[in-house]
Amino acid sequence: MSSSIVSPKKLFSIYKLPGFTFIAITCFVMLYAPIMILVGYSFNEGSSLALWEGLSLRWYYSAWQNEAVKDATLLSLIIALQASLYSTVLATMAALGTTRTRAYRGQTAIYAMINQPLMVPEIVTAVALLIVFATIKQATGYQGLSFLVIAHTAFCVPFAYLPIRARLEDMDRSLEIAAADLYATPWRCFRRVTLPLLLPGILAGAMLAFVISLDDVVITEFVKSAGQDTLPTFMLGQIRRVITPEMNAIASALLAVSVLMVSLIFLINRKKT
Amino acid sequence: MTDPVAISVNQVSKQFGQGADAFFALDQVSVDIRENEFFTLLGPSGCGKTTLLRLIAGFEHPTAGHIQLHGEEISHLPPFKRPVNTVFQNYALFPHLTVAENIGFGLDMQDKPAAEIESTVTEMLQLVQMESMRDRRTDQISGGQQQRVALARALAPHPRVLLLDEPLSALDYKLRKGMQIELKRLQLETGITFIFVTHDQEEALTMSDRIAVMNNGQILQVGSPNDIYDRPSHRFVADFIGDTNFLSAELVESSSEHAVVKLSSGKNLVTGPTEATLNNVVSITVRPEQAVLIDDLANADLQGTVTNIMYSGTDSHFHIELPSQEEFVAKVQNAGPARRDWETGQTVGIKFHDNAVQIVED
Repeated sequence: MSSSIVSPKKLFSIYKLPGFTFIAITCFVMLYAPIMILVGYSFNEGSSLALWEGLSLRWYYSAWQNEAVKDATLLSLIIALQASLYSTVLATMAALGTTRTRAYRGQTAIYAMINQPLMVPEIVTAVALLIVFATIKQATGYQGLSFLVIAHTAFCVPFAYLPIRARLEDMDRSLEIAAADLYATPWRCFRRVTLPLLLPGILAGAMLAFVISLDDVVITEFVKSAGQDTLPTFMLGQIRRVITPEMNAIASALLAVSVLMVSLIFLINRKKT
Repeated sequence: MTDPVAISVNQVSKQFGQGADAFFALDQVSVDIRENEFFTLLGPSGCGKTTLLRLIAGFEHPTAGHIQLHGEEISHLPPFKRPVNTVFQNYALFPHLTVAENIGFGLDMQDKPAAEIESTVTEMLQLVQMESMRDRRTDQISGGQQQRVALARALAPHPRVLLLDEPLSALDYKLRKGMQIELKRLQLETGITFIFVTHDQEEALTMSDRIAVMNNGQILQVGSPNDIYDRPSHRFVADFIGDTNFLSAELVESSSEHAVVKLSSGKNLVTGPTEATLNNVVSITVRPEQAVLIDDLANADLQGTVTNIMYSGTDSHFHIELPSQEEFVAKVQNAGPARRDWETGQTVGIKFHDNAVQIVED
């Protein structure tokens, strides 16, 4: 009689399903091939979008020289920095409020409400914000950046919230109890134990919020006042008129920033756990 | 016996859940724990021993009753206001701090001057023999070393009482034996009251000054290891601590000094005083090593047929079926002078040692 116990993993291996490799490769190709082509053509010497005329950084240089691109980039960064900062602070408080309290009625409802921007179609939020902000703009005459910052903060909260909450839930509760046992008041316990241990989660949340804010089109397009173009809405505007390889270069640069951020999040989370 | 009381637990109950789900983890528990004492809360899992420890630490608050520390009411103080520290079962060392920073944490939170923290940390590192690990991170040291750091961290603020929640359960057998001696030494050296929670009866017997045996949210008996082992008050206590035999007997005489029980064989035996009602059937307990097997049936307290003999190295266990259908196990030392060449099927007499019989509450 065989004494080996077959693990469930061995009983059912997805790799052994027919066509697994084929489907997997097809998916990856469909996901990344267009992006690879875009990145490739951003280094094109010529001004055609379809004809390869040699390697060059011409379009990167041209984008760099373009005042409108510079303005839009700066605005994107200003909004993304502020939105990620505010949304991370709010998300941290929300995460503490949903994990570090005694169970209360409506906890699940609150959890769902914090995450609802992930479910509600973005266009709905955009139209709703447009109506509310337009009313305020009419009433006060204020046309500043705050509307965009508030809107971005709002839809970034759930993205910042998820990694922070995950980190809090993974954290050994007995560490906070031990701190209290060793004479730490609740505030000092938070500052000296919870916060340092939560930091990787907070950083991951902030970077995720930053990336999400940086490439938002829909809500920004609806909320922005005249002249308040972020990089994505500027690109959208350009593409409506004439498509130049300069857009390829800008998109590739944005992609590089996003990849960098995601890699950093991955590294931070791996190092600390 | 004259040391003043450190922790006084008075009629403490702890209820979890409400209504139909309500459940009493502790049910009107009272106990006094003295200064300088190594006091053990012993019982199976779910008996309430850890809940009692958490109430003393302040991680939970009692539903009813009072807990006093040196006469001062602490039942509802938060943990950070109690001069009581805990060694956690999983150690709960701060992973973002070094060994020295972990040990100094409590003093730092008490706003002690840096120089004092420094010298206390050094002293504690010496006490637990971890000087060379000072700047290590807590995940760079072994389980046994983490255990020492957890101890040093809890001792550093010089608490009035140290609470230990099954601190040795994660260690392997050899390390655990070593730490038992180490803990006993630390308790004697520091003179701090230790309240130790365990489900390991052997650990409790070897380390404690006094033991409280708990079951179902109640303390059944408090006494020295010797009291608990030789004079168990409850059937549960006798059964939980070591092997034992239970027999039915009739209480035929009872006074404040002693009692007399009549065994199923008709023999009368003198035991300690009891509160059981006269002429009622009571349970008595006799440890297997408290009986010898003899030929002389007329002189024996009980007699029966040998049904099974188990050899276990240091001694042999004789399983004997009594005429009353009860089973009695006698443990005979293999190296001792007692006769042990009986075979299964033979009729033997069982003679108890003096004071071997205890009446226990069911």
